Amino acid sequence: MGKIRTPYLLLLPGFGFLFVFFILPILNLAQTSTQTPVGGGDTGQYEQTFRFQNYIDAFVENKEQFGRSFVYALIATFLALAISYPLAYAIAFKSGKYKNFFLVLVVAPFFTSFLLRTVAWKQILGEEGFVVPTLRSVGIISDSTTLTSTAFAVVMGMTYNFLPFMTLPLFASIDRIDPRTLEASGDLYANGFTTFRKVTLPLSMPGVVAGTLLTFIPAAGDYVNAAILGSPNTKMIGNVIESRYFKIVDYPTAAALSFTLMAAILILVTVYIRKAGTEELV
Amino acid sequence: MSKKIADATIPTIPLAARFQRWFGRNLIRVYMVLAFTYLFIPVAYTFAFSFNDSGKSNLIWKGFTLDNWKNPCGAPEVCNALANSIKIGLLATIFSTILGTMIAFAIGRHKFKGRSTSNLLIFLPMATPEIVLGASLLSLFLVFKINPGFWPTVIAHVMFCISFVVVTVKARIASLDPRLEQAAMDLYANEFQTFRRVTLPLVAPGIAGAALLAFSLSFDDFIITNFNSGTVITFPKFVYTAAARGIPAQANVIGSGMFFLALAIVIAGQLVNRRKAR
Amino acid sequence: MSFDASSARGDLILTRITKEYGDFKAVDDLSLTIPKGSFFALLGPSGCGKTTTLRMIAGLEEPTVGSIHLGPTDITTTKPYQRPINTVFQNYALFPHLTIFENIAFGLRRRGIKDVDAEVNKVLNLVELPHLAGRKPTQLSGGQQQRIALARAIVNRPALLLLDEPLGALDLKLRRQMQIELKWIQKEVGLTFVHVTHDQEEAMTMADTIAVMNEGKIEQMGSPADLYDDPETAFVANFLGQSNLIKGTISGNDGDSLIADVFGQKISLPKNRSHAVDNSIYVGIRPEKFRISLLNTPVNGNVLTGGRIEDVSYIGVSTQYQVEMPWGQELMVFEQNDDGVAPFNKGDAVNISWAPVFTFALRGDEDVTAGSEVNPEVLDEE
Repeated sequence: MGKIRTPYLLLLPGFGFLFVFFILPILNLAQTSTQTPVGGGDTGQYEQTFRFQNYIDAFVENKEQFGRSFVYALIATFLALAISYPLAYAIAFKSGKYKNFFLVLVVAPFFTSFLLRTVAWKQILGEEGFVVPTLRSVGIISDSTTLTSTAFAVVMGMTYNFLPFMTLPLFASIDRIDPRTLEASGDLYANGFTTFRKVTLPLSMPGVVAGTLLTFIPAAGDYVNAAILGSPNTKMIGNVIESRYFKIVDYPTAAALSFTLMAAILILVTVYIRKAGTEELV
Repeated sequence: MSKKIADATIPTIPLAARFQRWFGRNLIRVYMVLAFTYLFIPVAYTFAFSFNDSGKSNLIWKGFTLDNWKNPCGAPEVCNALANSIKIGLLATIFSTILGTMIAFAIGRHKFKGRSTSNLLIFLPMATPEIVLGASLLSLFLVFKINPGFWPTVIAHVMFCISFVVVTVKARIASLDPRLEQAAMDLYANEFQTFRRVTLPLVAPGIAGAALLAFSLSFDDFIITNFNSGTVITFPKFVYTAAARGIPAQANVIGSGMFFLALAIVIAGQLVNRRKAR
Repeated sequence: MSFDASSARGDLILTRITKEYGDFKAVDDLSLTIPKGSFFALLGPSGCGKTTTLRMIAGLEEPTVGSIHLGPTDITTTKPYQRPINTVFQNYALFPHLTIFENIAFGLRRRGIKDVDAEVNKVLNLVELPHLAGRKPTQLSGGQQQRIALARAIVNRPALLLLDEPLGALDLKLRRQMQIELKWIQKEVGLTFVHVTHDQEEAMTMADTIAVMNEGKIEQMGSPADLYDDPETAFVANFLGQSNLIKGTISGNDGDSLIADVFGQKISLPKNRSHAVDNSIYVGIRPEKFRISLLNTPVNGNVLTGGRIEDVSYIGVSTQYQVEMPWGQELMVFEQNDDGVAPFNKGDAVNISWAPVFTFALRGDEDVTAGSEVNPEVLDEE
């Protein structure tokens, strides 16, 4: 008898906690999302009226920020993949006994607070930093072009901040590839590019899927990079939700936006996993 | 026949072929240097500007000084924020590690009904954008008229750290050879003794790793904290608020200090592992 | 430079190949010709350079100096995928994400062969596993994976097939069976096979020609019988089977034979089996060539007298004896249990005799332990 109960006893406290502080809040958020202001009440007072129109209003009003969030997150994810893949490959196959050392190097920058690093980028790319004057003197950008407060800076910041979420799973799955299968591919008349396309890439697919998800999900909901490195023209949906909560105190709209974001991400992720054909993510 | 070959001059490899190989080998080295430079630019910048004799706004290099390192609490609020972050981080680490480790053992060591549902429940918080986690928890606190502050922040951090603890510890448990536990039982250890003397010591590095991960996630979190901390200032919150007018150099000192501390812990951990492996 | 390496056919010729890793010479000034159509084995202990040699032939490594020719074509720096050479890898290296069919079709598709289906099915029938085409490699047993790895290579009809410890992961019984099958397949398809192994029995069962390698050099090359009956060095004498090596001096000449003095006793040996450079020699005799007899029994051929049986091990088909000689050396003797005679007992005083033609002689300055201390069971991890 004890044996059957043991797992449930072990699960109880943790899952109880998650139920109260994760599931309930999400359900509560769902409830909030269809509320409307109390007639004649104070700011911040809402009552349940099941107004699903909230969703449509919220989306229509902010479709630009929604689109931006997904486009920025997609570009950042793609860039992170492009930067991380060769890096993970090099660490897995070309670093010999220094493998662990390089892995620590990948994670090490993230021991400095992520906000400090983002602020550092802002200053490096800013008017007083060394990048802009250099690029101007060489003539790559014109005197009126700036790097901060642009979409470029926001996407670059996101790419940078979520890079280890891409590199580590990629490394884990590339490192598992038996290098002899790559040699076998070469032996069987596949050149370097074909070997990559037919053997390396398919075998590292679990890492690619995990890495892109771990990068895309936080990137789509992020607002810190946009707030520090961007301008009002680069606002993402995260910025809108934040200001609805704190500045406008419009809880229903914020809740509806949160839910739309979550639903959109879930749909995209499901479609993506189906396409990529991997289900061993958890 | 073999004599004739042995006397022949030694054929050498053509220069072009050698260059091609050399290029192939070194291209990847060049790439690694570039990639790591990119990764470390802001860290180096933060470190360098911790020595800036900057006064209030640490935007432009004004001269070298050690004053910031001698007096890291010199800027108003910065050490208060750091202390809050450490307190919240430690509490969140303790609770999330205990709860998460229990779940990991349940899922990793037992077969029971609802195991895949449990896996899903662990996966969901990681797949939910932080802003949704933070916002939904705040709404709940507001419903129950709980004011955001220190304890709500701790609860929020425990909530998002649990999943990471479970995943880390579960991986360690999965890598254990089940025959070790069978051997312990064979050698007269009962279930509890087996767990205490064999399983737990073997899983311990995984738990330690999970605790470190939980602390660093908690320490570095901004979005969820921002929703649930009310007037309590944490270190990331301090940086975010100060970013508009330029953060004081003392924040760079603390950030760099944390960097070296974490690096030292990781390197020490690796050395201990290596010694144990011998 | 626009020759087509992939159409090269003919003998494989390695000329003065050296491969260095830093200060370490894995292969040291090695020259070798492997005739077209032969089954050739590179035999040696772990770290002797045999796998490095194989990898250079495959194009996976490039020699530091030296050249490799296939027929008239120089393939020293040709990429692996441009050589008409295929490898059966150690542990097989089957592509885990592809089915068995697609694994075998891989090389054909890369080369743009038209009738992939027919070719793959033909080779699947050859290895007798046509029913596994749709499976993934992890669903196969070790022996099945081994055959698929072989099929994946030979389907391309390479000029040269390289086998890198192909049977190392199989258990003994399966290994014996696969040895016979490999030999049969080689005859069937008529390809040149180059086989790398640390297992002397495997090399002797399968190969027409064996090159014994040690420390980056070839110690001796020849047919299995030549190597066994007439080893030229102590390493070969010990690594390929077991040998009794006894210190001696050449003291005379008798037509086609040499007379040698072994601790005061005279024996004779064929001249053409002496590889000594001066009078100082080691006399070599294989343990199964010895005969044991009680002191007063008359015997023919070479005799060494004054032995005492120290140890008797009964192994079924044979009995193995350790015989201590007057000069303190223990000789090994294998007697077949085919004559119905009761075995000798520990402590018996005996003579040891053998036919002079079975004697070989090595240089007197050789290290008699060379090749005997290596454990051939240690898997080659070069």
